[in-house]
Amino acid sequence: MAVSLAMTVNGKPVNADVDPRTLLVEFLRNNLGLTGTHVGCDTAQCGACTVHVDGNAVKSCNVLAVQAQGANVLTIEGLIAEDGTMHPMQAAFRDCHGLQCGFCTPGMVMSAIDLVNRHPGADEATIRAELEGNLCRCTGYHNIVKAVRQAAAVMGK
Amino acid sequence: MYAVEYQQPTNLADAASILASTGGRALAGGQSLVAAMKLRLSQPGTLVDLSLIPDLKGIRRNGDRLVIGAMAKHAEVASSDVVKAALPALAGLAEGIGDRQVRNMGTIGGSLANNDPAADWPAAVLACNATIRTNQRAIGAGEFFKGMFETALAPDEIVTAVDFPVVQRAAYAKFPNPASRFALVGVFVAQMGDGSVRVAVTGAAPSVFRATAIEDALAKSFTPVAAKGVKVGADGLNSDLHGSAEYRAHLISVMASRAVVAIA
Ligand SMILES: Cc1cc2nc3c(=O)[nH]c(=O)nc-3n(C[C@H](O)[C@H](O)[C@H](O)COP(=O)(O)OP(=O)(O)OC[C@H]3O[C@@H](n4cnc5c(N)ncnc54)[C@H](O)[C@@H]3O)c2cc1C
Ligand code: FES
Ligand code: FES
Repeated sequence: MAVSLAMTVNGKPVNADVDPRTLLVEFLRNNLGLTGTHVGCDTAQCGACTVHVDGNAVKSCNVLAVQAQGANVLTIEGLIAEDGTMHPMQAAFRDCHGLQCGFCTPGMVMSAIDLVNRHPGADEATIRAELEGNLCRCTGYHNIVKAVRQAAAVMGK
Repeated sequence: MYAVEYQQPTNLADAASILASTGGRALAGGQSLVAAMKLRLSQPGTLVDLSLIPDLKGIRRNGDRLVIGAMAKHAEVASSDVVKAALPALAGLAEGIGDRQVRNMGTIGGSLANNDPAADWPAAVLACNATIRTNQRAIGAGEFFKGMFETALAPDEIVTAVDFPVVQRAAYAKFPNPASRFALVGVFVAQMGDGSVRVAVTGAAPSVFRATAIEDALAKSFTPVAAKGVKVGADGLNSDLHGSAEYRAHLISVMASRAVVAIA
């Protein structure tokens, strides 16, 4: 039986009737057309599907949409300002060459923002430990860490 | 994933009666259950989401006990000042589970009910001799873990909280699988209020167990050398692509000694 679902996605209220087995990532991509959130492994390993639920990073391929009932969901699409200005984390990834193919990037950025929110002055070791759940097959992580440090300095201001 | 019905009761009595009448399954963080359903390894007819039940939440100190609600997330335990003051080893264990995203969803109650052979929480619960509280009874750690993915819980029984004695000192040392962070071998060492030592091992066998030879050695001499000196047999231990039974047996003494180093 379909469940009636209400949540806020990127600041906008969303209502829908969903099959309970719908994953959060399927709901975001297929129902709402928010395809910025990627599916890499579909088995909770790679973190490409990371979004925030009430401010906390989660892997949306391993969460049912109904588990986000009433929640505030933030995806990569919700980061950019109305006038098109990028979030400091997005800008830092661009400046530091923190991406190559870009497939992991939306998840990396969402995890990185969660980590900087909790560890404003995060050092390299903390950043690497906190990004444990996000895999990148291109960059070798070096420039990702650099980007997160640069963004952390801007976000702290 | 097979089709499933979904209910989100707001109190414990309703949750229990829905579980009983539908033969359904409790849903906590879903980090194990949703994954198993996607693989069609698990096929519950009804999911009973426990997230709106106030009785299952919160972490509190009751004198010489530390009570952690079943729905407390790993991330919540890791950052809890109450846990850090009473039993810091538990905060460290929680911080070492999986990754940030998993810790933001996964719960202590779900981990214990699941009883994955490589899960971290069972080691802490057995070493500290904690009590698992359910909507029906209190179960001692020694009776709770029955085997691989098997516990003493009845199908419609709900874990409500885990009740730890505030032990004198404790530490957990884990050799994580580099990909999943599950324990290849994890050893929790606890020195109880009366001075006795309990050592529990996860990841090495089909289910968590006490390493009594190491307990005896540490009772005589609470030193890393004493723990490391114990030769653990490989009989009954897991062998898989990550490590042989002999390798795991060796790691048990090594991890126990590292836990003692962390305590002392
Ligand atoms: C990528 C990844 C890495 C991981 N790494 C680790 C690790 O390093 N160490 C580790 O220990 N774990 C690890 N886990 C598992 C994680 O800790 C899970 O959170 C945990 O095993 C299950 O908790 P849950 O709240 O998600 O439970 P769920 O998945 O919701 O439920 C699991 C089972 O418990 C039952 N259940 C849940 N709550 C209750 C309750 N209150 N009463 C009765 N039954 C209940 C459910 O019916 C189900 O059968 C990892 C998981 C993933 C996806
Ligand atoms: S797609 Fe969700 S973790 Fe890889
Ligand atoms: S940039 Fe290609 S996977 Fe990270």
